Amino acid sequence: MSAGASSGAQTPHGPGTAAAGTAAADTVAAATVTPRRPQPYAELGLTEEEYQRIRALLGRRPTDPELALYSVMWSEHCSYKSSRRHLRQFADKAPPVKGDGEAGRLLAGIGHNAGVVDIGQGYAVTFKIESHNHPSYVEPFQGAATGVGGIVRDILAMGARPVAVMDSLRFGPAGAPDTARVLPGVVGGISFYGNCLGLPNIGGELAFDPCYAGNPLVNALCVGVMRHEDLRFAVARGAGNKVILFGARTGPDGIGGASVLASASFGGGEAAKRPSVQVGDPFMEKLLVECCLELGAAGLLAGIQDLGAAGVSCATAELAAGGGSGMTVNLDLVPLRDSSLGPAEILMSESQERMMAIVEPQHVARFAGICARWDVPATVIGEVTGTGRLEMTWRGEVVVDIAPQTAASQGPVYDRPAARPAGQDALAADDPARLPRPAPGELLDTMLTLLSWPDLADKTWVTEQYDRHVLGDTVLAAPENAGVIRVDERTGLGVALATDGNGRYSRLDPYAGAQLALAEAYRNVAATGARPAAVTNCLNFGSPEDPAVMWQFAEAVRGLADGCAFLGTPVTGGNVSFYNQTGDVPIHPTPVVGVLGVLPDVRRRLPLGFRRPGAGLVLLGRTGADFGGSAWAWAVHGHLGGRPPAVDLTAERALAAVLAAAAQDGLLAAAHDLSDGGLAVALAESCVRGQSGPAGCHVSLPGDPFTMLFSESPARVVAEVAPGAEAALAALCQRHEVPVTDLGTVGGDRLEVAGCFSVAVDRLAAVRAAVLPALFG
Amino acid sequence: MTARVGIVTFPGSLDDRDAARAVRRAGGEAVPLWHGDRGLRGADAVVLPGGFSYGDYLRCGAIARFAPVMADLVPAARSGLPVLGICNGFQILCEAHLLPGALTHNAGLRFIDREVQVRIEHNGTPWTSGYGRQQEITVVLKSGQGAYLADGATLARLEADGQVVARYAGGSPNGAARDIAAVTNPAGNVVGIMPHPEHAIDPLTGPGGDGLGFFTSVVRALVAR
Repeated sequence: MSAGASSGAQTPHGPGTAAAGTAAADTVAAATVTPRRPQPYAELGLTEEEYQRIRALLGRRPTDPELALYSVMWSEHCSYKSSRRHLRQFADKAPPVKGDGEAGRLLAGIGHNAGVVDIGQGYAVTFKIESHNHPSYVEPFQGAATGVGGIVRDILAMGARPVAVMDSLRFGPAGAPDTARVLPGVVGGISFYGNCLGLPNIGGELAFDPCYAGNPLVNALCVGVMRHEDLRFAVARGAGNKVILFGARTGPDGIGGASVLASASFGGGEAAKRPSVQVGDPFMEKLLVECCLELGAAGLLAGIQDLGAAGVSCATAELAAGGGSGMTVNLDLVPLRDSSLGPAEILMSESQERMMAIVEPQHVARFAGICARWDVPATVIGEVTGTGRLEMTWRGEVVVDIAPQTAASQGPVYDRPAARPAGQDALAADDPARLPRPAPGELLDTMLTLLSWPDLADKTWVTEQYDRHVLGDTVLAAPENAGVIRVDERTGLGVALATDGNGRYSRLDPYAGAQLALAEAYRNVAATGARPAAVTNCLNFGSPEDPAVMWQFAEAVRGLADGCAFLGTPVTGGNVSFYNQTGDVPIHPTPVVGVLGVLPDVRRRLPLGFRRPGAGLVLLGRTGADFGGSAWAWAVHGHLGGRPPAVDLTAERALAAVLAAAAQDGLLAAAHDLSDGGLAVALAESCVRGQSGPAGCHVSLPGDPFTMLFSESPARVVAEVAPGAEAALAALCQRHEVPVTDLGTVGGDRLEVAGCFSVAVDRLAAVRAAVLPALFG
Repeated sequence: MTARVGIVTFPGSLDDRDAARAVRRAGGEAVPLWHGDRGLRGADAVVLPGGFSYGDYLRCGAIARFAPVMADLVPAARSGLPVLGICNGFQILCEAHLLPGALTHNAGLRFIDREVQVRIEHNGTPWTSGYGRQQEITVVLKSGQGAYLADGATLARLEADGQVVARYAGGSPNGAARDIAAVTNPAGNVVGIMPHPEHAIDPLTGPGGDGLGFFTSVVRALVAR
C-alpha cells in the first residue's frame, strides 16, 4: 500500500463528525479555537507534510469541509503533483504556433478542460481522453458509463457540441474469469451511456494482457465541434455575478472518487470502495448537453465549468482561481438527493451530470427559463466577489474560507525519485532473434494464430453494442484505421481520430513506446487521408512512489513531447492515471495517444477494405526485422524482450504527407496502416473488409517472407492504387522519399502469398469472428 | 407546394436531426415540433424519431405518449395524418395504441447496431409507396429493445389484413415475432419501423440510400394530394 493512500478497508465518507448532516459542522470559528483537534487527513489520502502545508497556508487547522476540499483537490488525480514537472515538456517543446486561419492552430491549450484546435472554415474542434480505470474495475458498468459522462462534460464546458466518443480498453487475459466479469460490464456501461446520450462511438482499442488483470484500463475520448466564437473558459469574473449549479442533484455517490479511488493502488477490499464509484444518468446528461448549448447560444454564460472529479470543490475553486476573483457559496442551497449530507460530503461528492455557470444577474431569469424548458434543475448557490477568497457557509456559519488558488493551482509538486528498473537491461538484451521462426509451410498457421488471438480478432462483438450511426455524420468507424466525422455537410470538412498504445513496446523502452503510440495514431489518421493536427494523451502507469515507475513515466513523457515537437502536432491536453498496479506489481507503462487530423473533404477519405478487382497493391515504407514486443513474439512464444520497433519519425511524416496528397488527388482507393501483426494481419483485415464483400488478393513478397509478413516496422501502409494512378503515385512517393514496393493485385476470393500459402478470405473472416463470441457469449 | 413534415423532439430524442435531414433530402420541409407544445404547426405528416425519450424510464415510450404534443397528434393520426415512428418512435406509437403490439428486449439482451436488410411487404402506405412489393432494402438497426411482439391473435390479424409493412430478410436479428420490422394501422397511414431508414440516405454516412424512399414516398404523396 502506498504512503498517503488509504487502506482498502476504509469507508470513503466525509471526515470524522462531518459525516452526519444532523451534527453541527466544523466551522472556521471552531477551527480557530480547537487548533489541536485530530483530523483524519491520512484516511483522506493526504500525507502528514501535505496536512501541515494546509495548516501553514491557512494559518490555522482546516475545518473538516476545508480538509475535504484540499484532500480531493490535492489528490494525484486532480493536482498532477507527481507528473506536473514532467508534463511541462508538452508546452516547453511545443511546435511553433501556427498562423491565423491555418488548420491545426491551437485556440486553447493545456490547462483548460480540453484543448481546442482550429480546423478552418470558422470551425474549431476540442477533444480529450481521460481514464476511468479504478472505478471500472470496482464497478465495471457504472465505472465505464460515468467515464463517458465525465469526458463529455469536459468537452461541453469548452462550448462545443460533443459529436463522437471513442474508448481505449485493456483487460486481463481474455480467457480469465475476472475478464468475463469486467469486460462485458465495461462494454455494457459504455453502450448504455453513450447510446442513450446519442453520441456515435467511432472506434478505439481493445487489448488484453496479464498485466491488466487486476487493473484494467478504461480510457474514454470525446470530441466536440464549435464555431470559433462559441469558445468558453472556466472563469468566474465580475463581482455580483451569480454562481449557478445546474443538472442533477448532489448525492452520496462518488465521494472521494478522485482521492481514495483514483489516487491509490488496489490492495484488496475493492468491493468496499463501491460507494466511491459514481452512478450515471445519461438521460440527464443529454438534457444537460442540449440545455448548455442553448444557454451558450443565448449568450448567457459568463463562465462555465463541469463537475467531474472533486465535484463542487473543484468547480468552485477552479472558477474562482481562474477568474482571479472571489466567490461566496451557500452550501445549504445545493440541491441534495440525500438530506443527511454534510458540507464535507457535499464538497467531495462526484455525483454525475452537474455543471456550474457564472451568470450576470440580469440573465438569471432567462437562464432559469431555458433550464426549465429542458427540465434541468438550476439553483443559484452563490455569488462572485472581489475578495479573492472562496468562502462557503452552511447553516449560517462559515465552514470554508480559503484562497482558491491554493487549492486549484498551488498544490504540492513532487520531484519523485526515478530509477531505471533493475531488470530493464536484461529485458532489452533478451532479443527475439533467438525465437524459433516458422518454416515456410507454417506461415499460414502463424497468421491464423495471430488472427485468432483476441487482440487481433474481429471486435464486432464489442462495437456492435455501440451506436455508430447517430447524428448522421459518421463517415468511418471501427474497424477502420480511424474514426472520421463530417463537420460541415456543405463543404465536406471533417476530422479523423485515432487512439493507440502498446504496453509491450513501452515496457521494453518507454521513450520509444510513447513515440510508437504517437506514430501509430498519427499514421492511422493519415491512412484515412487526413492531415494529423493535434494530440491528446492518457498516461496510464503504476505508482509514482515507485522509482522504477517514475522512470518509465519520465521517459514516456520525454518521448512523447519530443515526438510531438518533431511531427508538429501539439499536445492539447490529456490525463495522467497513476497507481495502476496490483500490490507491488505495476501494469506495463501504457501511454495511450489520441491524434486528431483534419480532412478538407470527407468524400475523399480512404477506407481500409480492398475495392476493385485488378487494382494494384503497394507497400509504402521500409520493412526491417522488428520483432521486439511484437504480436508474433508474444502470441506465439509468450516472449517479451529485446528492443521495440525502431522509431523513424522522419519516415512517418513523409508517409503522412504522401497519404494526404494521394487521398486529395484520388491516387489511392484504400489504405491500411501496418502495426500489430504486421503485413499479414493488415492484408487479412483489408481482404475481409472488402467494399463489396470479401475481396482476395495475389501478393508476391520481396525478401524473407516471415519478416515481410510479421515484422512490425512502423511508418508503413498497404494501399490499393486507384485506376491509372500508378505513375502519379510513384512520383509523389519519390518526391517525399517514401519507398514503394509493388505487392501484387486485388482479386479473387483468396488471400494468396506466392510461394507461401493461399487461404479463402471467408476462412480468415470466420477465424477472426469466432473469437470474442466464444469468450463472452 | 412543399410538403411540411413535422419532427417531434422529446427529451432524450436522438435521431431528430437525422430525420429532419432525410426530410430535406427528400424535398420536404422539416418542421420542428416540441414535445411540450400543443399543435402540429400545420404539418402534413409527422415523424417520431429514434432515441431514448425520457431516458426509457418506466418503459420505452411509456412517458412520451403523455406529452402535450401527443394530445394533438393522436387524434390527427386517427383522422388519417401520415405518421412514421422510427425505433423509439415506433415504441411510442405502440404505447399510444396507434399501433398494435409492443417492442421488448432483444434476444441476447444486448444493444445491436447493425446494417440489416428488410423486405418491404406493404407498399400501399404513404411512407412506402415508392418501393416495389418484396423489394429488399438495407437500413440500420440500432436498438436494445427492438423485438416486436404481439399476441397470436393480433399477429394473425396483422398478417391477414396486410398490416406487416416490412420484415427482416434472412431472419430476425433481435427475436422479433415473425421477423417483423415494421407494421401499420388498419388505415395504413401510421407506420412504425424498428430499423432506421433515416440513417440510410447517403452511402457516405450509412449503408446506402435505400432508406430515403420512406421520405420521398410521403413527400410525393402529400404533394400529389
